[in-house]
Amino acid sequence: MTGPQIIFLAAAAVTLIAAIMVVTVPRLVHAGLWLILALAGIAVLFILLDNGFLAVVQVAIYIDAIAILIIIAVMLTRAVMSDTDPQINRMWLASALACLFIMAGLLGIVAQAPAASPSELVEAEVSMDALGRALVDVDGFILPFEIASVLLVAALVGAILVAMTPARGD
Amino acid sequence: MAALPIALNSIVSPRKPNKTKLDTYECGIETVGDAWVQLKGQYYIFGLIFLIFDIEAVFLFPWAVAYDRLQFYMVLEGVLFILILAGGLAYAWRKGALEWV
Amino acid sequence: MSDPFTTIGQFIKDLLIGIGIDAVVTDVALNIVGAVVLGGLVGAAAILLIWAERKLVARIQDRLGPNRVGPFGLLQTIADALKLITKEVLIPRGADRYVFIMAPLVVVAGVIGMWAVMPLAPGLIGSDINVGLLYVIAIGAIGTLGIIMAGLSSNNKYALLGAFRTVAQMLSYTVPIILALLIPVMLAGSMGMSTIVEAQRSVWFIFLAPLAAIIFFISSIAEVGRAPFDLLEAESEIVAGFHIEYSGMAFGMFFVGEFIHAFTIGALFAVIFLGGWQGPGAESFPLLGLFYFVAKSFLMYFVVIWIRGTFPRIRIDQMNSFNWKFITPLALTVFVVTAILDKLSVEAGFNRTAVLLAANAIIVLGTLFLLRTHARSLRRRLEVTDRPQIQRSEAAGD
Repeated sequence: MTGPQIIFLAAAAVTLIAAIMVVTVPRLVHAGLWLILALAGIAVLFILLDNGFLAVVQVAIYIDAIAILIIIAVMLTRAVMSDTDPQINRMWLASALACLFIMAGLLGIVAQAPAASPSELVEAEVSMDALGRALVDVDGFILPFEIASVLLVAALVGAILVAMTPARGD
Repeated sequence: MAALPIALNSIVSPRKPNKTKLDTYECGIETVGDAWVQLKGQYYIFGLIFLIFDIEAVFLFPWAVAYDRLQFYMVLEGVLFILILAGGLAYAWRKGALEWV
Repeated sequence: MSDPFTTIGQFIKDLLIGIGIDAVVTDVALNIVGAVVLGGLVGAAAILLIWAERKLVARIQDRLGPNRVGPFGLLQTIADALKLITKEVLIPRGADRYVFIMAPLVVVAGVIGMWAVMPLAPGLIGSDINVGLLYVIAIGAIGTLGIIMAGLSSNNKYALLGAFRTVAQMLSYTVPIILALLIPVMLAGSMGMSTIVEAQRSVWFIFLAPLAAIIFFISSIAEVGRAPFDLLEAESEIVAGFHIEYSGMAFGMFFVGEFIHAFTIGALFAVIFLGGWQGPGAESFPLLGLFYFVAKSFLMYFVVIWIRGTFPRIRIDQMNSFNWKFITPLALTVFVVTAILDKLSVEAGFNRTAVLLAANAIIVLGTLFLLRTHARSLRRRLEVTDRPQIQRSEAAGD
């Protein structure tokens, strides 16, 4: 059992357990904190794939921004701090079946991929320079790059419209 | 394994011992006042604007790393990227989304 | 010896391998020890930092500061720490035990974690990743997570409100930091911290991008929550904010964490804008480089304390509009102008430093002009509303 394998198993276990806790824990706020742990586990997995950039991006965006946003949203909708909701509703059989189907599909796709260790699949040392150049290269990803900014502004405008209009309503 | 020092450094936060002489008793809030607290939606907007700029940063940092080897039109493309976001910020400003509650 | 750090490290490593321990395990173990040593040193440095702050602020306020406990009051912080250790950590009824205790650890871990990528001397860096700057930003924001945890777990409405207001302020001020830090990355061509330091061999970045440096500095002070931006945790203002329910060493860790964060800001400024360990003779004598780094960090820390002792506290809505309506647009402008002009000047062959300095000066002048017109229009609006009242009182007085 090599070192990276041990770390991978540990990180994967942490991520899975945290993910299960997210959906089973009764208090919403706790679910948010378990989500942060799951996201951190994924960041460790990125490090194992020799991709420090994506690991740091995972922490910077998912944990620092999105997780905090989710917790703020939870607190906005629930003024009571200790809230318990029933964790299972009437549709549990249908959703369980849907999850099984999706899982089977994903496993089928993964099983078709050629067997190779991660270090063979990815290039070592993600070159920031190449990534930066590819983002603005006319033969590269320039269009998605600019559209991404338009998308972000659209999200911003939409959220502000939704948030500000009710305020003027009352 | 350069990631190790990073991970370990975060674990090494000082844990100093606490001598509890008494058993913990009830410690209340200073006044038994209102039972609810109404959080403002404005906090969400600030978080959202931060998220937008955070994602934009993730795109711009690789662009900045490659800056020296970019041609001029590529620099302009990056500037365009940020100007679109600046426009979004200006919209938020005009709509009054940046006021403190 | 010219490079003591590498020599000592290699010596210990050879020793351990000589005993028969596997090479990989030795590597891992030495990394762990290094991390512990670094974290411990930074934590222990807090004693000196707090003492320095109290002495300096006292002198600015024309008093002496701690001078009884130990020579020059140096042991005062240790006495305070002992006092805090012996205080009971009350966990309020109904509070979330585990989250409550983990919150200060997360905050301090976030701050100490920044030191993992700090280039202390040529060749002496905890972890030389090529995304160091983005890592610093990411880890810095983990502290805000700790604050939310503290506010949420306290079972206290005031703590919750204080936590959210603090987090909103910290998130807001991270935006200009991100924008300001893009410029050194552009100039150095890398996000790696040691590369940024080495790129300043010819000229420090503070001369190439003074406005970006100032923006980074001010926004960092605001993000740490130090004066003049400390409304949310000021002792004389609202009831202590998010750490209202914390006592004993748990509170102590928040307190120490803030001081370490302030010093880390100074160290970051020194690395990114003042050339880090660069200085005459630093290449051949790494110890000298370490000395330069520490000296520059303390210089910036001194400036932070100086600002604290000099400025009055800023109101929260002033803080907010200062960020979004002044600093962020300014940072955007500086970034756009620097990006375009630097590329143009390199292609046209002009002196980079001169062009960038001139551009910064023009932006400063433009900003001052805009501020003056804005203030003038505000004043004119006030005068218009005042005049009818003056006429009315004159008519009444006749």
